[in-house]
Amino acid sequence: MTPSLTAYIEGIGLIGPGFNGWASGRKILAGQQPYQSAKTVIPIPELLPAAERRRASDIIKLTLATSLEAIAEAGLQDENLPSVFSFSNGDGLNCHTICEMLASDDREISPTRFHNSVHNAAAGYWSIATKTMATSSVLCAFDASFGAGLLDALTQVTVDGTRCILMASDTPYPEPMFSKRPIPDNCGIALVLAPQQSEKSISQIQVSLTNDKAFKFTDTVLETLRSAIPSARGLPLLQLIAKGQVNSVVLDYLDDLRLLVEVKPC
Amino acid sequence: MKPLLLSHFTVTSCIGIGLQQTLDALLHARQGLKPCDFETVDLPTFIGEVDGLNDVQMRDGMAEYDCRNNRLAQLGLEQDGFNDAVNAAAAKYGHDRIGVFLGTSTSGILETELAYRNRDKLTGALPEDFIYNKTQNTYSVTDFTRRYFKLAGPAVVVSSACSSSAKVFSVARRMIEAGLIDAAIVGGVDTLCLTTLYGFNSLGLLSTQACRPYDIARDGISIGEAAAFTLLERPSAAMDDSAVLLLGIGESSDAYHMSSPHPEGLGAKIAMQQALQSASLAPTDIDYINLHGTATPSNDAAEAKAVSAIFTQAVPCSSSKGATGHTLGAAGAVEAVVCALALQHGFIPGGLNTKEVDTELKLDYRLEDRYQPLKLVMSNSFGFGGTNCSLIFGLAGTTGDSR
Repeated sequence: MTPSLTAYIEGIGLIGPGFNGWASGRKILAGQQPYQSAKTVIPIPELLPAAERRRASDIIKLTLATSLEAIAEAGLQDENLPSVFSFSNGDGLNCHTICEMLASDDREISPTRFHNSVHNAAAGYWSIATKTMATSSVLCAFDASFGAGLLDALTQVTVDGTRCILMASDTPYPEPMFSKRPIPDNCGIALVLAPQQSEKSISQIQVSLTNDKAFKFTDTVLETLRSAIPSARGLPLLQLIAKGQVNSVVLDYLDDLRLLVEVKPC
Repeated sequence: MKPLLLSHFTVTSCIGIGLQQTLDALLHARQGLKPCDFETVDLPTFIGEVDGLNDVQMRDGMAEYDCRNNRLAQLGLEQDGFNDAVNAAAAKYGHDRIGVFLGTSTSGILETELAYRNRDKLTGALPEDFIYNKTQNTYSVTDFTRRYFKLAGPAVVVSSACSSSAKVFSVARRMIEAGLIDAAIVGGVDTLCLTTLYGFNSLGLLSTQACRPYDIARDGISIGEAAAFTLLERPSAAMDDSAVLLLGIGESSDAYHMSSPHPEGLGAKIAMQQALQSASLAPTDIDYINLHGTATPSNDAAEAKAVSAIFTQAVPCSSSKGATGHTLGAAGAVEAVVCALALQHGFIPGGLNTKEVDTELKLDYRLEDRYQPLKLVMSNSFGFGGTNCSLIFGLAGTTGDSR
């Protein structure tokens, strides 16, 4: 019998194809507005110092944008928040460019290209932008990255009794990598999780491991999005929160292991 | 934190395949660095290469995972009876009660670098036999390890550059304490590739000789490769006095710069303080510090400031990187095993290659091995993006009174 881990969601960020923030995205997920797929728009990262802003790639800007929406909703702008970053891959375009250069006669990759290639680049820029010196956990679990990130964040909340922000983001590779890993567009979800209920709590979630099959959207466009981008595998959870009902959903995680999430509005 | 038992551990790097060779190298001041002759790399630097990786055959059914990083992972897992220990733990606790949490920075990127040389001349497509998710993807080494043992518990890769395989201990601690698992394979695997060699070269951080941590003339890192694994469990009443425990973990972010440490070592200081706090220890309790000690001018200066700020007494210190090179995402786990060996065999490993210790850094940096019983030791791992992690290990038989 595996235990269930309880946390309270205080803030949500959402950017992806057809989603320009949680504020508008929640209405779409609650069925109050139709979902219309459109290319992801990533806001300019005003919070980054000028030098870092120039060097910031999509995964950095995307992660900053979703996290800032979630932090603003939770009113935690001045909090030194422990963080979990979960990316199914790093910056796809940068990786492609480095591999192309290393296969050429001129292997002189630039320092910026190199430091942007580390999987934790977005975590580094994020800590600089938000002046956060608390711990960050920077993870990858391929298609299971959202579930792995959520589980790690929940252990921080329940074991260490601390608030924690989860940021799950993915960006596409260009060709020829795209054919090997066809992530169609940028997508990111951020959740601020807290150990206790407060006036800021949006929903309570209780999460346990299960072998049951993961939920699939009946809406084929949403389901295509959920299955194509790892971070979008968190959308079924966001839908339950948006609907504001007591309900549960099985989120995708590893091939043989998934997460049962029971959601209760606060 | 609640202490955790390192019930089994193993390490493979350029100084040795498995614990015995590693211990011999440490006790005989043998380093494994050599002038770079890796692949087609043409750079005036030294590397720490593990011999024989080209000859490793992936185990049956695991051929799709074939890449340098997973070859090293398999070679490492098969040393010191580590695989038997994992199988025994799986039989004891259940396959779904064992987590896999490994650190890597570059995973199997070498495979992709090579694939980019073999693109289709007409279409630009990558070769058909290039399998992205089993090789290049950052999760590949954990996926490989989990399947190798047919485990069914939680699993993830931590990839925060050079702190990756120190921070995996933290992920495992939380998972065990949350009751999701009973044991975890934690460790790190990183292998030589062109991205890190040319990348660190672009930053001017590669030494032209075997790296010299804390030397007055230190001029950069030597990149190495390694696999190190630990089986982490709750302590048992039956454990030996010589069993090694993980007693403290501290983590922080610099929030300062992507590729330079905070000049005063502020993040490093917070990580060390938190590690002491989580172990309920005072600085005076620590008998030896295995430094991050990369041998870049700025890392060693910043780390030394942070160590001096916390440890007002002279604590014996050294960096293993003069022996192994900087094994990047594997360094935290490699140095955790070095600490475990130092505790069990009662010695302070001397730092290699360093000729004249930089006295400006004001640390008790040791150049010679010294046999001396140790009770409590600290290991530092810091990385790009300003990510810091300090771990404290101790012997089961001697830690009872001090905590």
